[in-house]
Amino acid sequence: MPGGAPAGGWTMYPPLVLQTGDAFPYLIFAIHFMGASSIAGAINIIATVFNMRAPGMTLMKLPLFVWTWIITAFLLIASIPVLAGAVTMLLTDKFFGTAFFSAAGGGDPVMFQHIFWFFGHPEVYILILPAFGIVSAIIPTFARKPLFGYGSMVYATGAIAFLSFIVWAHHMFTVGMPLAGELFFMYTTVLIAVPTGVKIFNWIATMWRGSMTFETPMLFALAFVVLFTIGGFSGLMLGVTPVDFQYHDTYFVVAHFHYVLVTGAVFALMAGAYFWLPKWTGHMYNETLGKWHFWLSTISVNVLFFPQHFLGLAGMPRRIPDYAVQFSDFNMVSSIGGFVYGASQILFVVVVVKCARGGEKATDEVWEGAQGLEWTLPSPPPFHSFTEAPDPSSITGGNR
Amino acid sequence: MSNSELKRANRKTAIKLVLATTTMFFFGYALIPLYDVFCEVTGLNGKTGRLSSQEVAQMSLDESRLVEVEFVASVGADLPWEFYPLVAKISVVPGAETQVDFMVVNNAQYAVTGNAVPSVAPNEAAKYFSKTECFCFTKQSLKAGESRKMPVRFVVDPDIPRGVSLLTLGYTFFEALDTAGLYPPEHTYIN
Repeated sequence: MPGGAPAGGWTMYPPLVLQTGDAFPYLIFAIHFMGASSIAGAINIIATVFNMRAPGMTLMKLPLFVWTWIITAFLLIASIPVLAGAVTMLLTDKFFGTAFFSAAGGGDPVMFQHIFWFFGHPEVYILILPAFGIVSAIIPTFARKPLFGYGSMVYATGAIAFLSFIVWAHHMFTVGMPLAGELFFMYTTVLIAVPTGVKIFNWIATMWRGSMTFETPMLFALAFVVLFTIGGFSGLMLGVTPVDFQYHDTYFVVAHFHYVLVTGAVFALMAGAYFWLPKWTGHMYNETLGKWHFWLSTISVNVLFFPQHFLGLAGMPRRIPDYAVQFSDFNMVSSIGGFVYGASQILFVVVVVKCARGGEKATDEVWEGAQGLEWTLPSPPPFHSFTEAPDPSSITGGNR
Repeated sequence: MSNSELKRANRKTAIKLVLATTTMFFFGYALIPLYDVFCEVTGLNGKTGRLSSQEVAQMSLDESRLVEVEFVASVGADLPWEFYPLVAKISVVPGAETQVDFMVVNNAQYAVTGNAVPSVAPNEAAKYFSKTECFCFTKQSLKAGESRKMPVRFVVDPDIPRGVSLLTLGYTFFEALDTAGLYPPEHTYIN
């Protein structure tokens, strides 16, 4: 397409993005299309949970994975339309003579950043909340104890969702905000550590004196707790305005969001895949290969992203095509980690394919400590399940 | 819940959520005026006030001190103009109306319309800086090769915090949006 790919990164900041060639209207169309599908999915989930629960399944008996999904769905409904508005403004700025983000017409390019991050921060919690739900299902199973503090988990998720709407400007501390703004966004950002800390505490308390075993899903869930917490701590550092002026747009930010989104969201996806794979396929996966996959991934992902903290602190900026030579060694270490991490995922594909094709037959319960309705069905579940509502007495609630 | 009841409940939920989606779409647009109101109330974002000469005449003078005002002029990309202040810096008595002049020259071989966007630094001083007359209030059209001396009359509010002793008034001239793109992409200059 003449003019190449969209100018500017995923954040689509004007005026740069307005220099995109013929791809520009397609970019806006794609964002709208993606947003519409996210919203349709979110409406589906909320209607299902609110109107179609089994008898006896009260809201406070829902598995935490379902709770995190409802809250995620509400975040989608509240944030995606704001992004839709922002990209529509870009479209009219480019083609219809409006000047929302053009200083020449009395607009303000920084305004786009405000609107974008009003969407963008809830969006990162959309990515992580379901991960919290998966981990909250796995840890009690392999610790053979009920989830500690179920109610506080639900309220902490709600609090994180609420706070996500009033912290957006911590992505743009350096745009020249007034002191009052810097302080407000710093305090609200640091406040997120409280509900997140409640969750981490609850996961650890769930394991306390549990009879734990360390199958692959549990290993990924444990790595999630440790590594996501590291990402959370570097997030706290970035949330403190005066030091953010130093870290802004450096590799420290890159290290931070990869710890929360790769060792956070992606590791929870892996944990969830191993956890439910026997239920989906009817076969146990190969535990030895699963453990190899876990250890290779966990070691290499740290080799990949940990040095990026040091690169950022030493001043290596993000989004540059080339870097100063003093950063070469750490970048080399990081690249080796990257290739090993990438290659390790081939193992995951092997595990999934092998598991889908055969293997030891999975029982209905699959895991000794598994609780919840899906484990009462055969593995794999028949095409039509729960044609009659499950017995209300079988719904114990509290993810237990 | 019977089947028809369930259908009704689902439809109701879906309608409510679609309404919420629509509301949030327009809320995104509402952020723009909200942001402007916020800037006006707080004087942030360097947006300056506008006063009439009568209002300025009623202002008390604070002759106990002087505030320095610096002038910065720049031209946006694609505008073939020269633009500069005739004085770089001036000391004013808070409360007294002062006039300075800017010079603008159109180097193109055709007429161009531009408008100037002002900004005041530091941000917290912007609400104490008001203009009674400014070339930025209207668009400026210059014929080929034309030059123009343009006045700005302004006043610094005597309530300005004592800590602020230096203000910078900056202008950027942009090609007016409704005429932008009407000219050849490669501008031809007289010299």
